[in-house]
Amino acid sequence: MTMTLSSSDRSRDLSQPLERLGPDESLKASSDQLRGSIAQGLLDRLTGAVSPDDTKLMKFHGIYQQDDRDLRDERRRQKLEPAYQFMARVRLPGGVCTPAQWLKMDELARAYGQETLRLTTRQTFQFHWLLKHDLKATIQGLHEVLLDTISACGDDARGVMCSVNPHLSALHAEVYALSKQASDYAIPRMRAYHEIWYGQERVASSEPEEPFYGSTYMPRKFKIGFAIPPVNDIDVYAQDLGFIAIADETGLQGFNVAIGGGLGRTDQAPATYPRLADVIGFVKPDDVLAVCNAVMAVQRDYGDRKERSHARFKYTIDDRGLDWIKAEIERRLGFELDAARAYDFVSNGDAIGWRTGDDGRHHLTLFIENGRIANLPGRALMDGFRDIAKIHDGTFRLTPNQNLTIAQISDEKRPEIERLLEKHGLCGLNRQSALRLNSMACVALPTCSLAMAESERYLPSLLTRIEMLLDRHHLTSEPITIRMSGCPNGCSRPYIAEIGLSGRAPGKYNLYLGGGFHGQRLNRMYLENVGEEAILAALDTTLGHYARERLEAEPFGDFVIRAGYVKEVKTGKDFNN
Amino acid sequence: MSDTEHRGSGLNETQWQQLKTLTASLNPAQTTWVSGFFAGLDYAARADLLPENGTAVTSPISDPANVPSTRTLTVLYGTETGNSAALATTLTKQAEACGLRVTMHDMAAYKYRQLKNEQDLVVIASTYGEGDPPQSAAGFFEFIEGHKAPKLPDLRFAVLALGDSTYEYYCEAGKRLDRRLEELGAHRLKPRVDCDVDYDEPAAAWIADILTSLDSRRTQTGAAITPVHPAPSAQTDTPVFDKRNPFAATIIENIVLTGRGSSKETRHVELSLEDSGLTYEPGDALGFMPGNDPASIEAVLAALDLTPSALVKIKGEPTPLGEALRSYLEITTLTPRFLDHWAGISDADALVRLTQPDHADERASFIRSHHIIDVIRHFPVNKIDAETFVTGLRPLQPRLYSIASSLAVSPDEAHLTVATVRYDLHGELRQGVASGHLATRAELDGQLLVYIQKNPHFRLPADDVPIIMIGAGTGIAPYRAFMQEREARGSSGQSWLFFGERNFRTDFLYQTEWQSLIKDEILTRMDVAFSRDRNTDGGGKVYVQHRLKERSRDLFAWLEEGAHLYVCGDAARLAPDVHLALAAIVAEEGGLGAAAAEDYLQRLQRDRRYQRDVY
Ligand code: SRM
Ligand SMILES: Cc1cc2nc3c(=O)[nH]c(=O)nc-3n(C[C@H](O)[C@H](O)[C@H](O)COP(=O)(O)OP(=O)(O)OC[C@H]3O[C@@H](n4cnc5c(N)ncnc54)[C@H](O)[C@@H]3O)c2cc1C
Ligand SMILES: Cc1cc2nc3c(=O)[nH]c(=O)nc-3n(C[C@H](O)[C@H](O)[C@H](O)COP(=O)(O)O)c2cc1C
Ligand code: SF4
Repeated sequence: MTMTLSSSDRSRDLSQPLERLGPDESLKASSDQLRGSIAQGLLDRLTGAVSPDDTKLMKFHGIYQQDDRDLRDERRRQKLEPAYQFMARVRLPGGVCTPAQWLKMDELARAYGQETLRLTTRQTFQFHWLLKHDLKATIQGLHEVLLDTISACGDDARGVMCSVNPHLSALHAEVYALSKQASDYAIPRMRAYHEIWYGQERVASSEPEEPFYGSTYMPRKFKIGFAIPPVNDIDVYAQDLGFIAIADETGLQGFNVAIGGGLGRTDQAPATYPRLADVIGFVKPDDVLAVCNAVMAVQRDYGDRKERSHARFKYTIDDRGLDWIKAEIERRLGFELDAARAYDFVSNGDAIGWRTGDDGRHHLTLFIENGRIANLPGRALMDGFRDIAKIHDGTFRLTPNQNLTIAQISDEKRPEIERLLEKHGLCGLNRQSALRLNSMACVALPTCSLAMAESERYLPSLLTRIEMLLDRHHLTSEPITIRMSGCPNGCSRPYIAEIGLSGRAPGKYNLYLGGGFHGQRLNRMYLENVGEEAILAALDTTLGHYARERLEAEPFGDFVIRAGYVKEVKTGKDFNN
Repeated sequence: MSDTEHRGSGLNETQWQQLKTLTASLNPAQTTWVSGFFAGLDYAARADLLPENGTAVTSPISDPANVPSTRTLTVLYGTETGNSAALATTLTKQAEACGLRVTMHDMAAYKYRQLKNEQDLVVIASTYGEGDPPQSAAGFFEFIEGHKAPKLPDLRFAVLALGDSTYEYYCEAGKRLDRRLEELGAHRLKPRVDCDVDYDEPAAAWIADILTSLDSRRTQTGAAITPVHPAPSAQTDTPVFDKRNPFAATIIENIVLTGRGSSKETRHVELSLEDSGLTYEPGDALGFMPGNDPASIEAVLAALDLTPSALVKIKGEPTPLGEALRSYLEITTLTPRFLDHWAGISDADALVRLTQPDHADERASFIRSHHIIDVIRHFPVNKIDAETFVTGLRPLQPRLYSIASSLAVSPDEAHLTVATVRYDLHGELRQGVASGHLATRAELDGQLLVYIQKNPHFRLPADDVPIIMIGAGTGIAPYRAFMQEREARGSSGQSWLFFGERNFRTDFLYQTEWQSLIKDEILTRMDVAFSRDRNTDGGGKVYVQHRLKERSRDLFAWLEEGAHLYVCGDAARLAPDVHLALAAIVAEEGGLGAAAAEDYLQRLQRDRRYQRDVY
């Protein structure tokens, strides 16, 4: 669908009666503020699933119904329903987690989550493999350590991101605090969550339950993140609403505001495309929450509610024009944004390894391959981090690249933590090629219902083969970003990697080249729907060429454009050309 | 038995040795039985010598010289799976043929008050559970064992007890009747005979014996005895397949129902009955004649150093040992008979000790924890010949499986739900003969020897009557047949299914089928209990009886509205636990005392509204 709406065209937004909008809008509106029949569905012992409508509502509760896709066909023949199970995504602003919280995650994962945890690309934990009858216990367990899963999914403000290593400076601490406030501010107020999962009584009230969201919430997910230059670890340009911290010697001055990032797309549907956010101005720290409110309100009121594939903020902006949107935001704010300030990003990766902060405490960032925490052969990640959490007196940080920072380690504890890492086989985690350290894969099979190809289970072995090429071309220690997604939704943010892969079918991927090393540029499709051999051949050629002819400090993503392998992508709409 | 030192006339040395071995291993009761057995054989053999058309037979009717006996004979049987009924029928027919005035009754339908008028009473009854009679005979037993039972000074009686010697209470129901009739003053015509699962010969001998003593003419004339098993009726062209003449059914589906990661394996097997002429009703079972596992056969042959080609007698026919072990003899589960046999042959102290009457408990637990192979390995016998070994074995028995399909939905097919029996004994994996056969030796398009086992005590009521079906594990099988039948018939009656297993995720047998039956409102309600799932209410393990109690009010309301109640599955735990739960529900909801609640259930049973198929 290629269309540009005039700014006065309200035919597809909230102003329309429900019958004129997409079915999900009616579902939300008639859900009794997200209660639906979830509570009854949990009691149905004949199925491990909930009703199709409730699966949609449960996303707002941070819970996704899935099934073990490896078993789907087999179970059908066995006259068993699919192996239904649930994924629960914790709301963890900025990825900060206390040792006590870690221990609870660990305990719950062992009890109900098949002894594994998943660190996500948006800095939080996911439990997979939860059975319906264990959901309440899991959510209540989280509650014990003041965590929940509210709006970790759904048409609402998702988990708010914040650059890691806040304790390297007071600046980070300040920005993290704001990200938490933004999270608390933007989160739905629904009582359904408390009633269903904690068993609280329904209290009658004449006040509307959701002063901001109303009964139809957002048209689609809405993502907020805070980046602290020079690190763009959160990929601020992929956020619907991004804040780029601007500071000088005197401290935090405010933020550049970036709007309209989003990566999801659909193959063979040129009207869908990834888009990087535009920086539209600068605001003071005190105005951050007001900006959240105004930007979200514009998207709430003007976002497309007829067609979900066109409902993200990025399309609202492109349909109505950036200037119009900016003006509407300013109108709601009641003031104009200042001109954007200068800033510099150097990479979107993590600073792997030990760092010492200005408070004298130590921070260890460990590479966790694809964010998977489990007791792997020779690498007892579950056991190791549990033991560390038991003695650690700082915090844990989940990074936007699915890695883990053990933060604020005191001098006394450092040797003990090193010993525990050694004991559980975790010393070698960071001893990887620079490519692998800058790699990410989304979850995909067997849990993700949208996956078309393997991702998390496949990337490690593909990397091993690419590493042979790197070795041949002496590029083993060259940081190159590579990201794989099992479908075009792009959960590992593959379209802003120097090498991107998105799944098309089992064993088949699109290969993208030319993303910006610090997240500033989308890549472009180089090969479509190809298998491993074609991918390796293409990489062999381009990497070999890069090794021979790259300029001083020239990233691989820049080189493939200069060398003419792909044409630079300048805007989202240009991605499919 | 007194020691016989000299070889009996006409016996060769081997036979004489075998007889001596056998004799040494017999306890007094067995000795009595064996003597009866030989007597019967002798009788049957002499009868067989008579010409086919029986010129020597003096028909009681055609020969006016024969004054028919004035006494009446009543044949009474208590049966669950039909064996006793079949024997009773045979006996009745033969008695009729002898001109006796005979009537036959199922204990289930017998008018108890008639008992005091009986003159000659012959009883055939099998045993279930903990020495219990077949369910349908429970009322008769209560009557005769209760204080309302009449004195029976004029009655002459004989009891044939059917059972299975691997059970602790062997033939107990028959023993109880035998004892009780004597207590009531009746005269025993012939000693009771206890029959193991291979009851053909001893039962035939007993029948012959009974008829001989009842019909004095026959002893005088040596009149013919019709074979115990009548030949297939001559009128029909197609052979009638039954237990003795099973049909080779083609396997058209054999899948594992339990999901990956399950703690058990339960299979769904579909068989084609095409061209067999076999039909069945929902509630019936399928008999399946398995073959032994080649590995078990190998192990036995190796342990005894015997070759598969050695010849042994099977039903009188010389048969290669390998074939005999594969298709005709039970070679895994240990039986008292084999234990005695082997104790005699091996003379091993440990075994001999177990055969003594004061070691019954030890013996029972030994039998439970050892297979035949364990015994022959641990108590080796030098140079045993095939025939001697085989004498200790009992014939391989068919296994019964509730049919899980309805002909109305799957014409010419029978579906089974089979739990594979696997367990570890002395560090070795053991597998049930029949379920193992189905799990590992039953490929698609292969064939299985089957017959239909009628089960008149497990039947759907009229279409508009509500039903409550309670089952655990493979106990769900007949309910699949029930629901298929009701769906096909468009029955209006409501239906409620209670199902229990271990884990929801892997063990919810036929889950998607129940789900669509519920969705289509053919199955009205369903409640499930998964004992090994975490109990989210924080209590202990949840079984079906707990779900029954949770639904106590509705359940009682259904019963009051005339619902029929079914229980299928495990006999040892499920059936009694469910019964207790039902009694508690009836007491609670009906405001009845314990005794009245029990009466309520018994009334249901008598009205055939509470039927069980448990094993
Ligand atoms: C776990 C995670 C990937 C990972 O390996 O870490 C993930 C996993 C899933 N994403 Fe995502 N997304 C994750 C980050 C992202 C990102 C990256 C980001 O936000 O920085 C994107 C691209 C940015 C964006 O939103 O455009 C992303 C774009 C999507 C989309 C496409 C949205 C669109 O606008 O088209 C979907 C599909 C949808 O929403 O319809 C999706 C849907 C999903 C679902 C829930 C599939 C579903 O809807 O049934 C995946 C669950 C798989 C599983 O089994 O766990 N996920 N997803 C990330 C969790 C983040 C978090 O903690 O909240
Ligand atoms: C009316 C009726 C209906 C039936 N319906 C079904 C049905 O629908 N589905 C079904 O699966 N079965 C059903 N059964 C049971 C079935 O007939 C068989 O008994 C069962 O399959 C086992 O037979 P098998 O030959 O595999 O095992 P066998 O070789 O007969 O071995 C069973 C024996 O193994 C021994 N044993 C078992 N477990 C252990 C252990 N853990 N340790 C030591 N010894 C052990 C016991 O001695 C047991 O008696 C039914 C039975 C009856 C009477
Ligand atoms: C579930 C079940 C339980 C049994 N329990 C006993 C028992 O306790 N004692 C016994 O001697 N025989 C027991 N038997 C063996 C039966 O009595 C035997 O198979 C008999 O031949 C059945 O006769 P019927 O078909 O007339 O019921 C049991 C058989 C089954 C299937
Ligand atoms: S990118 Fe696709 S396959 Fe991967 S987690 Fe996201 S939705 Fe699933």
